[in-house]
Amino acid sequence: MDTAFFLTWIEEVAEAVRAERDHLTELDAAIGDADHGTNLDRGFTAVREALAGAPPATPGAALVLAGTTLIRKVGGASGPLYGTAFRQLGKSLGDAPDIGLPELAAAFEAALAALGKLGGAAEGDKTMVDALAPAVRELAKAALDGAKPGDALNRAADAAAGGARATIPLQARKGRASYLGPRSAGHEDPGAASTALIFDALRRTAQR
Amino acid sequence: MKKIINGVDTVVTDALRGMAAAHPSLRVDLDSRVVYRADAPRRGKVGLVSGGGSGHEPLHSGFVGYGMLDAACPGEVFTSPVPDQMIEASKGTDGGAGVLHIVKNYTGDVLNFEMAAELCADEGVEVASVLVDDDVAVRDSLYTAGRRGTGATLFVEKIAGAAAEAGAPLAEVARIAKEVNERSRSFGIALAPCTVPAAGKPTFELGESEIELGIGIHGEPGRTRAVHREARELVGLAMDAIDEDLPLSGDTLVLVNGMGGTPLMELYIAFAEVSAYLAGKGATAVRSLVGDYVTSLEMQGLSITVCRVDDELVRLWDAPVETPGLRWGR
Repeated sequence: MDTAFFLTWIEEVAEAVRAERDHLTELDAAIGDADHGTNLDRGFTAVREALAGAPPATPGAALVLAGTTLIRKVGGASGPLYGTAFRQLGKSLGDAPDIGLPELAAAFEAALAALGKLGGAAEGDKTMVDALAPAVRELAKAALDGAKPGDALNRAADAAAGGARATIPLQARKGRASYLGPRSAGHEDPGAASTALIFDALRRTAQR
Repeated sequence: MKKIINGVDTVVTDALRGMAAAHPSLRVDLDSRVVYRADAPRRGKVGLVSGGGSGHEPLHSGFVGYGMLDAACPGEVFTSPVPDQMIEASKGTDGGAGVLHIVKNYTGDVLNFEMAAELCADEGVEVASVLVDDDVAVRDSLYTAGRRGTGATLFVEKIAGAAAEAGAPLAEVARIAKEVNERSRSFGIALAPCTVPAAGKPTFELGESEIELGIGIHGEPGRTRAVHREARELVGLAMDAIDEDLPLSGDTLVLVNGMGGTPLMELYIAFAEVSAYLAGKGATAVRSLVGDYVTSLEMQGLSITVCRVDDELVRLWDAPVETPGLRWGR
């Protein structure tokens, strides 16, 4: 997986966020403040511009630039959280021009850890971690199994989607949805939903 | 959706252009999205910086000026601003005595201000932070993001602003700001939701006789839905929640705050009930504010904030202030 692969992934994410913008915002309106889709769309639009303006030489550089741009442009909680995750992904990949599945799996584990440190959410708190953690686990397992990247990313995307759906009955313990107490149950977490979109984009990128 | 806007993407910029045109006492940096008092930075004075999502006007930009904030960072509607804005604001208000960040306790605001504070330290600006978390509707526990910052933000900004204007050093301004927060509690009630411009639809639906209890300031639903009732009972619900958390007695500073779509007449009706409630507890509102100060776009409803004050805090409250949203004594 080379720089072009990761740039395509980011493009796919930007497209998916644009297409699902209103849906993400509606999920957020139910248990948050009705801006998740709008904010991510603004962020990934800026990421596209940043990457076009200063084409990165390595996958790591592309992901760090994407993360930094998200931190600078999105605001809210999702800016620092997604920004930090992408930055950590990029930093973990280092200068390598071509990334194998084990490296990618390890980088995602580091991103998950960085996210946990920053936001303090654990699985079951009804946050993006509920989609990210199972996807990262699946990726690590696939790497150990010696799976092909396409299969591994397919499994990871399924795990993320399953994790996002599984947030529906949960009561939120982090973020703005937690203010609703028991009333936060019965709605899919918008952050988990957008994380599932990001893994779905990664799956599509591998299938191209 | 009917709103007086040019487009949903330009609401914040267009509003800032209006603030700049209306208030020469402010310097509005549209590129960096920071609202400064025109004479910032003030040599030797602690700089006060706050910020948060837009849609709560006059908070925070309307409280920039003499005796209150030195700069405000407006984010998108209901979205925390980004670290770049806070760093710019901190550098632009540091008169050599350091900068206090006044942060409302929301995950986004906290994360972005934390990142900004770290980067400010790298650039040699001394930063202290105070978290405002006065809303009793949210239980402060491991199972929530903690209490929200609402009406007490105004008290913190005004009183810490007076201390900074009087020349108090950073540690002292931070101490006073924390003390105001610790002595303050709030509770909010909504009769009708608001519409975030970019979303285009109300954030929740309420039946003709339904209300939301324990709302925040972002159009989010409250903790429970209830049946509407007369002002005395509504105020009683809010005041009971406050009193349960911080027993009311002695001198208090009271804000009866409109959420953006509430007639002032109704806020005064509520204030009369607050006053009567306090009397029943042996407490008095020695200072008060009634009006729209910490709003949630056009939401119909109110929040009540009570701060148990001592003589020092009353003196700082009375100190002159000159901002677009709050001014007296100068």
